[in-house]
Amino acid sequence: MTLGVTMSEPAILDTLAPPATEAEIINVGLLSAARIGARGVIARVSAFEGALPAAELERRLLELGFVEGATVEVLEEGLFGRDPIAVRLDDMRVAIRRREAAAIQIRFDPKGDA
Amino acid sequence: MTDTALAPTRLALVGNPNSGKTALFNALTGSRQKVANYAGVTVERKEGVLTSPSGRVIQVIDLPGTYSLRARSPDEAVTRDAVLGRLAGETPPDVIVCVADATNLRLVLRLALELKQVGRPFVLALNMFDIAQRQGLRIDLEGLSREIGAPIVTTVATRKRGIEELVARAEALADTMPVGENVWHEPSAAEIRHAHAEAQRILKAHVRPPERPDTWTSRIDSVLLHPVGGLLILSAVMFIMFQAVFAWATPVADLIEAGFTWLGGAVATVTPEGLLRSLLVDGLIAGVGSVLVFLPQILTVFFFILLLEDSGYMARAAFLMDRIMGAAGLHGRAFIPLLSSHACAIPGVMAARVIDQKHDRLTTILIAPLMTCSARIPVYTLIIGALIPRTTVWGFLNLQGLVMFGLYAAGILSGLVVATVIRTAFWRSASEPFMMELPTYRWPDPENVARNLMQRGMIFINRAGRIILPLMVLVWVLSTFPYPPQGATGPAIDYSFAGMIGHFIQPLLAPIGFNWQMSIALVPGMAAREVAVAALGTVYAVGNVDGAGQATLASILHTQWSLATGLSFLAWYVFAPQCVATLGVVKRETNGWLWPAVMFGYMFTLAYLASLATYWSAVALGWG
Repeated sequence: MTLGVTMSEPAILDTLAPPATEAEIINVGLLSAARIGARGVIARVSAFEGALPAAELERRLLELGFVEGATVEVLEEGLFGRDPIAVRLDDMRVAIRRREAAAIQIRFDPKGDA
Repeated sequence: MTDTALAPTRLALVGNPNSGKTALFNALTGSRQKVANYAGVTVERKEGVLTSPSGRVIQVIDLPGTYSLRARSPDEAVTRDAVLGRLAGETPPDVIVCVADATNLRLVLRLALELKQVGRPFVLALNMFDIAQRQGLRIDLEGLSREIGAPIVTTVATRKRGIEELVARAEALADTMPVGENVWHEPSAAEIRHAHAEAQRILKAHVRPPERPDTWTSRIDSVLLHPVGGLLILSAVMFIMFQAVFAWATPVADLIEAGFTWLGGAVATVTPEGLLRSLLVDGLIAGVGSVLVFLPQILTVFFFILLLEDSGYMARAAFLMDRIMGAAGLHGRAFIPLLSSHACAIPGVMAARVIDQKHDRLTTILIAPLMTCSARIPVYTLIIGALIPRTTVWGFLNLQGLVMFGLYAAGILSGLVVATVIRTAFWRSASEPFMMELPTYRWPDPENVARNLMQRGMIFINRAGRIILPLMVLVWVLSTFPYPPQGATGPAIDYSFAGMIGHFIQPLLAPIGFNWQMSIALVPGMAAREVAVAALGTVYAVGNVDGAGQATLASILHTQWSLATGLSFLAWYVFAPQCVATLGVVKRETNGWLWPAVMFGYMFTLAYLASLATYWSAVALGWG
C-alpha cells in the first residue's frame, strides 16, 4: 500500500542521511540523555527490545509523532532521576520516560544546552 | 436510496485523544445518549440519536480516541473494528466523522490518511476552530479537502457552531457516496514514516503556522510541571479534592442516609409488624439507601476528575506521579483513583477508567480497596477508643492517633506491595511504556462537565445499583431468617443464617482471636464496613449504637476483648473485603465475576494472615 510518497522523497533522504561533518557527529546523541533546554531534530528512531518488542515500540513512537525530521526540545524533567521528561515535539507536547527516549537519536542544535 | 429513510443513518466519531470529540458528540446528540459496554469487553459504548433538519434519524457513536487504526489497547481495537465494520453485533457506520483539533493537525492528518484507505465515506471536522482563528492559523480548507479526499467542516463543539453543516455534509455523503474498497492494513514502521512525510507535505502546502501561537501552555507548564513546585501544587489540588469529598459529599450522604432512615420509620408505622415490614424497611429501603448513599462521593470525585481531564491537568498529574507510582509497577494515572479510594473504593474503582491499559487498570482496581476508606473510620475509632490507652508516647504523640496513622500507612504500603507482586509475578511482560501527549490547557466546558457527571451518576445507579441492591437484600435475608424461637433469650441475629454462619466459621476464626460475637458481626458487616459496628451492637444486645450506645459498646468491648483480639480485628479490617458494594462495582467495571472473585480471595487471605500474625505477636507480647 503506498500513500503516494516513496523513499526517494528529498524530505526523507535528508533526515535519514548520516551526519556529514565531524561537528554534526559530536552533536548527535540520545534524547534519553538530554537535559532541559536541549533542542534539535530527530535523526533516527530505532527501538530496542524491552518491555515491548522493538518493532512495536518503534511504531508507537512514530505514531505519537517521534519521526525523523521532527523537532524536539526538552521542556521539563521529573523530580526523581530527572524522569520522565516533557518534550516539545513539533507543535505538540509529549511526556516520555527516559527509558523509551533512548530509542530516539537527536541531532542537537549546537546552540542548545546539550 | 429509499432505504435510508427507514434505517437510521449511522455516524461514527473517530479522532485523536483531546480533540474535543466527546464535546462534539454532546453537541450533536444533546441529552439523547445512552452509555453501555461493548459486548465482551470493558470498553464503554456511547451512542446518541439526533434528528436532522431534513427529518432523518441519525445515530451517532462516540468511539474511543486513537492516534492510529492500528490498535494497541482494547479501546483502540473497538475503534478499529467499528471503523472497518467488523465489530461483532454492530452495524458498520455509514459515514465516519474524523474529529480534529484544528490547532494540532499533524497527527490527525495521518489518521485521516488511514481512514481514506478504509474506503468508507468520511468527513473531517476541524473542531476548536475558534481557537485556531484566534491564533491566526490559516488553513486552506479547499486544498486540504482535496488532499485527504473528504469534505471538511469547521466546528466549535462547545458553542454548537458548525453542527448543522456537519450533519448536512454527513447526510449528503451517506446518500451519494458509495462505500469504496477497503485497502487498509496494519501499517509497518516504514509506512508510518511515509504517512508522516505525506501529512507533513500536506500541512506545509495548506496550513500556515499560527501568527500568535498559544504560549500559555508552556508558561503554565513551567509552574505546574516544576519538579518540586509541581508536586506541591498537585498535593494541594489533591488535598482540596479530598477535603471536598468530606466537606461536600459527607453531609449530603448523611442527609440521604437520614432520609432513608426517616422513610423506613414512616413506612414502618403504616405497615403491620412482621415479615413485610422488615422486608420493606430493613431490606428494600435500607438497600436502596445504601446504594444512593455513595452517590455524593462518586459525583464529587468525578467532578474533580472531569475538571482535571478537561483542563489538561490530568496528564500533568500522571507525569508528576509517574516515577513514584512506577516504583510499584503502576501507571502515573493510577494516583488519582487510589487517592479517591481513601474516601471510598467505589468512586476509586470507577475512576480507574482514566487508565487506558488493561493490566495497569486492573492492578489499580485490585488494590483500590486496600486504601483506608471512610467506612473503616467508625470501626477503627470504636476499637481504638475501646482498647488502645489514651497515652502519650515519645513525649508528644498520642498513642491512639499513632495507631490510626499506622492503619492508614498499612493500607497504602500493602497496596503498593500487592501491586508490585502482581506486576512482577503475573503481568511482568505487560508493563507498558509511559508515553503520552500533554494536551494544551483549556477551560473546562461547564455543560460537558455537567453532562458527563450526570452520566457517571446514572451509570452507577443503573448498573452498579442493580448488583449492589440484590446483594444488600441477600445480607438482610441472612441476618433476618430464620426467626428466633419462642422464648429465646439471646439476640435474634444469633438464631439467623448469619448467626449459623458465624458459629460455623468461628473455629476458623478462633486462631486469629475472634470470638463468636465477632464472627457473627462479620456476616451483616459484608454490607459495608461501618455496618460491623451496628452488628456488634446487635450481638452484644446494646441496641442503638449511636451516641450513648456507642460508649456502652466500647465499654463492653473494653471488658470482653483482649488487646490482642482488638488489634487482630483492626488488622482484619485493613485487608478484608467487607463490602459487597465494592465487589459489585468491580464486577460492573471489569464486566464479569472473575476479578471480584480474585479480589475477594486475595483480600480474605491477606486479612487472615495479617490477623493471625497480629494476634500471636500481641499474645507473645503479653497482650492476650
